Amino acid sequence: MGKHIATVAGGTLASTREAHRACEGCQTSCQSACKTSCTVGNQVCPQEEEKKPRA
Amino acid sequence: MVLLHRFQMDGRRLVLDVASGALHVVDETAWFLLDRMEEGLAVADAVREARAAGFPGAGAREAAAEIEDLAGRGQLWSPDPAGPDYMPPVRPLRALCLHLAHDCNLRCAYCFAGQGRYRGSRSLMSFEVGKQAIDYLLAASGSYNQVEIDFFGGEPLLNFAVLRRLVRYGRERETVTGKRINFTVTTNGVLLDETTGAFLDGERLGVVLSLDGRPEVHDAVRRTAAGAGSYALAAPRVSRFAVGRDNWNCYARGTYTRYNTDFCRDFEHLAGLGFAAVSLEPVVAGPAEPYALGEGDYPALAREYERLARLLAGGAYPGVRFFHFDLRLDDGPCLSRRVSGCGAGTEYLAVDPAGDLYPCHQFVGRAAFRMGNVAAGVARPELAERFRASHALAKAACARCWARYFCSGGCHANNLAATGDMREPGALYCLLVRKRIECGLFLRAQTASRRVAAG
Repeated sequence: MGKHIATVAGGTLASTREAHRACEGCQTSCQSACKTSCTVGNQVCPQEEEKKPRA
Repeated sequence: MVLLHRFQMDGRRLVLDVASGALHVVDETAWFLLDRMEEGLAVADAVREARAAGFPGAGAREAAAEIEDLAGRGQLWSPDPAGPDYMPPVRPLRALCLHLAHDCNLRCAYCFAGQGRYRGSRSLMSFEVGKQAIDYLLAASGSYNQVEIDFFGGEPLLNFAVLRRLVRYGRERETVTGKRINFTVTTNGVLLDETTGAFLDGERLGVVLSLDGRPEVHDAVRRTAAGAGSYALAAPRVSRFAVGRDNWNCYARGTYTRYNTDFCRDFEHLAGLGFAAVSLEPVVAGPAEPYALGEGDYPALAREYERLARLLAGGAYPGVRFFHFDLRLDDGPCLSRRVSGCGAGTEYLAVDPAGDLYPCHQFVGRAAFRMGNVAAGVARPELAERFRASHALAKAACARCWARYFCSGGCHANNLAATGDMREPGALYCLLVRKRIECGLFLRAQTASRRVAAG
């Protein structure tokens, strides 16, 4: 956290170009990505979820 | 290609590093420097201009150092991870939308499905067709361990007996194949009673509940065959159902039109009914329809999204999500998902009551988009390839847009409806998506250090 810039999120997109190519966990189809939203940025990646420390 | 997106909201200065997804809140000094550096100035020159503009020299040098540090760490002006030649990987089928009923107990004015008929006659899917579809999905999904089946219509609960048999058949096949099937259903709620609700809960189906908001808003477009409003028929049932399952895997999904450009009030109404996840989407309609939205409506709609973001940021509705603001910056989807969106035509297909396959529910009934049948599978791989190739980075306008990794280039069917070209989103659509992404980023920024908030 700098004095002039606060980073809210560090950004992980570049690292996912190859890493998740074969992933099957995130939702697809109308209910998840179209019927409820055309936005895809609000889906959770299950692989990233797995990396989080357990409470 | 845009590498940074900078915008302000309520005194906050936000900077999105487009290619990495990093989000920063900056003070006035850093904002000034970024502005000059975006214009092409070297750091030293930008600092010099900052001093000339009245910023203290020490502060400008500190801010410049922070900017250079973030750039060095790939969080500012980071290079795009994919170019125009990028192609999402070929993936097996993993989701089917089963049109259990090409019929509906409502006659909503804006229904894209022709009040349930989808350009054909009213019909219900048989158990045999549904069973074939499940078998086809499980076979075509290759090494995937989990697949999705969405029950859709028309109104799928008109065919509840078949829905129930298909879920039970799917559970049997899960045991045999070792794969998991995630079932969901989209319903207007009119037939949601103790029997149907208990089954959906017991089998852990995800549920999308169609309700537009306030009674007068809902009843203006969502009417029965006799022309009466359907709010009183649907709202108590869907509210009771959602609350009864503690909102587990359940969304209120509404559509807003020109009749309710103040849709924030509909969000508040739905939250008041007990929903914890609310989605409100703009209507897709031809310009001649009285309820259609036009570009002239954008200023009012943008203000409404901002109003909603402020409400949520202020804590007015704790525990209630507005689906379109809920952006995942740290644990969101990977690159290929972000540019390919819903997967229509490749990973996801729709099945009509006769068993014919289409790229998604919105294409059902259009002969040019018929892809095959559940008995024989996809007969037109060139059509699937066309959908796979129609990703965000292959769309000229989207490839240049800062929002490309959040919106995926828009819905294929909506693009086609708006512009006649699957690869060209409509102008209003883009404006609205960008606005709500900004609002989502603003909400996230509320958790950032207040030290830099005031600038």
